[in-house]
Amino acid sequence: MSYVRYIDKTRDYYLKEGYDKPYAWAHFDDVPFTPLTKPLSECRVTIASTSDIAIRGDGSTGDHTEEMFVGNAYVIPSDTPLEKLHSRQEHFDKHATHLDDVDSFFPISRLREAEASGRIGSIAKRLHGVHTSYSQRHTLEIDGPLVLERCREDGADVAVLTPI
Amino acid sequence: MSLIARYLEANGIPTVMIANGRDIVEQCGVARLVFVDFPLGNPCGEPGNLDQQRQIFEMALGLLETATEPRTTLEAPFVWPKGDDWKRLIFSEEQRFLDEEATEHWLDAKARYKERKAEGKV
Repeated sequence: MSYVRYIDKTRDYYLKEGYDKPYAWAHFDDVPFTPLTKPLSECRVTIASTSDIAIRGDGSTGDHTEEMFVGNAYVIPSDTPLEKLHSRQEHFDKHATHLDDVDSFFPISRLREAEASGRIGSIAKRLHGVHTSYSQRHTLEIDGPLVLERCREDGADVAVLTPI
Repeated sequence: MSLIARYLEANGIPTVMIANGRDIVEQCGVARLVFVDFPLGNPCGEPGNLDQQRQIFEMALGLLETATEPRTTLEAPFVWPKGDDWKRLIFSEEQRFLDEEATEHWLDAKARYKERKAEGKV
């Protein structure tokens, strides 16, 4: 079976639910591309994710509802133990699967294995969470620059991105 | 997430995305995508399937090394173990995407976003 066309399916679904203004998905004709210029074994790698990854019992995050629509870029220290991580994401296919295995959407253990085997040079000290904003402008003008600045501060050469 | 990918790429950081929603990512356009044809929630492989997760992660690392142009998509060679029903059911009339609680959170977020927008704060 071919892959799911979410743009078409969600448009129809929300129309039937009574929302007549379809979501305008971002679209660009041009796509920026930066080639990898050194071996991965010399690269410092980070992860950025919209999986709503969070640290258990961490009271530092703000109003979650507000973050969800305003948008927000935040950090997860890369030495956080796996068992302290979880996702608060509600927008996934909970009928078909679950988010109990953090590595199935935030591959921190795979990243650690890649570092241990020398496949990558090192792991950046901070990994990144981004709350998807209703405002694409917010993502491009505030969250994107924040993630970039933190990547540069940490000397991250490469980012692996995992949306939910 | 695709917008962040584009922003990092435009500013000199190579990225690779691992995602379940192929059409959404390709509509926006990113440099490199590993598409995993699984339900929304597990882009990096089946929960608990370490061997598969390792293969998917290695595909992503490999794509960083081999891609020579943007919009390069690789499809992971795996099928969801419980069949294809989820593809028919997701966002369908017979199966609501969000349960009551999540719907409430979503509507609350939407309403508050509208308020903030009217106030000129977002």
